[in-house]
Amino acid sequence: MRVNRGEATANYVVLVAFAVFALWPVLSVVVAALGPDDAAGASVTGGVLGLHPENFVTAWDQGRFGTYLQTSLLVSSTVVVVSLVLSLLAGYALGTMRFRGATVLFYVFLVGIMMPSEAVLVPLYYDLRALQLTDTIWAIVLPQIAQSVAFGTFWMRAWFRSSSRSIVEAARLDGASTWRILWQVLVPLARPAIVTLTVLVFMWTWNEFLVPLVMVVSESLRTAPLGLAFFQGQYTQGFTLLAAGACIVATPVVVLYLFLQRHFIAGMLEGAVRE
Amino acid sequence: MTDTTTAVPHRVSSPGRPRHRSGPPGEPRNVGWLYALPALLVYAAFLLYPLGRAVQISLYDWNGNTLATWVGLDNYVEVVRDPALRASFGHALVLIGFYAVLPLAVGLVLAAILGRARVRGLGFFRTVVFLPQVVAMVVIAVAWRRMYSPDGGVNDLLRALGLGGLTRGWLGDYTAALPAVGLIGTWFEIGLVTVLLLAGMGKIPGELYEACRLDGAGPVREFFTVTLPALRGEIAVALTLTVIAALRTFDLVYVTTRGGPGTSTSVPSYEVYNRAFQQGRVGSAAAIAVVLTVIIFAISFGITRIAERDR
Repeated sequence: MRVNRGEATANYVVLVAFAVFALWPVLSVVVAALGPDDAAGASVTGGVLGLHPENFVTAWDQGRFGTYLQTSLLVSSTVVVVSLVLSLLAGYALGTMRFRGATVLFYVFLVGIMMPSEAVLVPLYYDLRALQLTDTIWAIVLPQIAQSVAFGTFWMRAWFRSSSRSIVEAARLDGASTWRILWQVLVPLARPAIVTLTVLVFMWTWNEFLVPLVMVVSESLRTAPLGLAFFQGQYTQGFTLLAAGACIVATPVVVLYLFLQRHFIAGMLEGAVRE
Repeated sequence: MTDTTTAVPHRVSSPGRPRHRSGPPGEPRNVGWLYALPALLVYAAFLLYPLGRAVQISLYDWNGNTLATWVGLDNYVEVVRDPALRASFGHALVLIGFYAVLPLAVGLVLAAILGRARVRGLGFFRTVVFLPQVVAMVVIAVAWRRMYSPDGGVNDLLRALGLGGLTRGWLGDYTAALPAVGLIGTWFEIGLVTVLLLAGMGKIPGELYEACRLDGAGPVREFFTVTLPALRGEIAVALTLTVIAALRTFDLVYVTTRGGPGTSTSVPSYEVYNRAFQQGRVGSAAAIAVVLTVIIFAISFGITRIAERDR
């Protein structure tokens, strides 16, 4: 479509203005993290080209982000792997097989996508406490697996339904078992859907705050966002190290986003469009 | 798609298998339950069962440790009567304006402008405005706390614009704190809404616009006769996502204001957390959580229904 030169220029002005608005708080954190340490006073000099990447090392040590990132990595990878396998199995059943109660089962999972975690965390905390499971890795991992399985089943079912009818029937005529059809025929074909599901679940788990806040007390079990919130409470002398900590917490998902942004955007938009 | 065209003749050519009907392929297989079972078990144990327990607990007065006393619907009556709780739901309503309505209005204007012409660099723009969606909310809260601080970016900007009289510690101000928190939500959701609407714009056939222009319609009429009706589905999705996000706001309030100053930014989710884990009023917390869940379900179904009926 053609528009005149004036309108085209106006378009770019609007684009740039909104891009700047979106980046402003993000970049101000990055700039603060790389600036001279404001809590150390005027004693800070030098730096590399006026930048101070050593702030990240200081923040890493003072804020114990090493431990937090380790916990986050353990929690995220467990949730991703387990919920992916469970979602594949359940999505395969709901997407390619007919059995009594399948429709009801689908709606039951659908409810889980909308359910706010606030509602279930209160009873869950007290029940897990009675089982002496609070303040363990399980208390962070299991509720998040349940939430991810609800979305994952919905997501994989949609994929299996839309793209596998003739393949499943052909494989079945060849005498392949349902188990082999799933793992040797369908899963390799479903790679794009699986990648999308993986990055979404990883992002949700990595960024989750309420579940670890409620479930754990031990410092060694704090995830990265929880550790950052505590660091903010303790470290009040300045902003530089807090900014560096914020960068450390955000970086893994942001880097993943820069490489796989199509999966992030498609997943978050299409996943929301219910049938 | 090719799979439907190949599947249909196959089914026609095998009349000996009467069970083949529409729906998922293959015979009915109860082995499906076996595949769904592991997911269902985890899901039922950690979502469905706790939801039922939340309803149960909401009917008791319980401090989390000693024996609970049955109080019937008293906790729900309190949700309606208690001014502090009513205020927190009122704050959530204000946040809906900032999280859902404002981003949708801005997003529609953006989509209308950008949809009229092929703009170079749209891909880069999309990457940038969507970025807040992947950053942990705690990080966003830390960034904006700084932006709103007395010597932060917002006040710097106001001074640069000659509006130095407006500067203040935004999050510590009784009247400014809630809109300040809301604007973080606006900033967070604008990218999601705009990218969603732009994707919808891409599906509108260009001939519709050509026809509209041949009729002599200006940009405004073009927007109302072509763009807006075509985007109805995307608008419904955007509203559902952003309204639910507004109602569920927790991380942001916890890190930026803890509901303060006073109770000027307390929201239902924060009240749930506060009562269940700080004040030892677990029954009341569960009742708020149940009310919040019901509202969220109602809104999700409601918006979807309206969008489908209009279609």
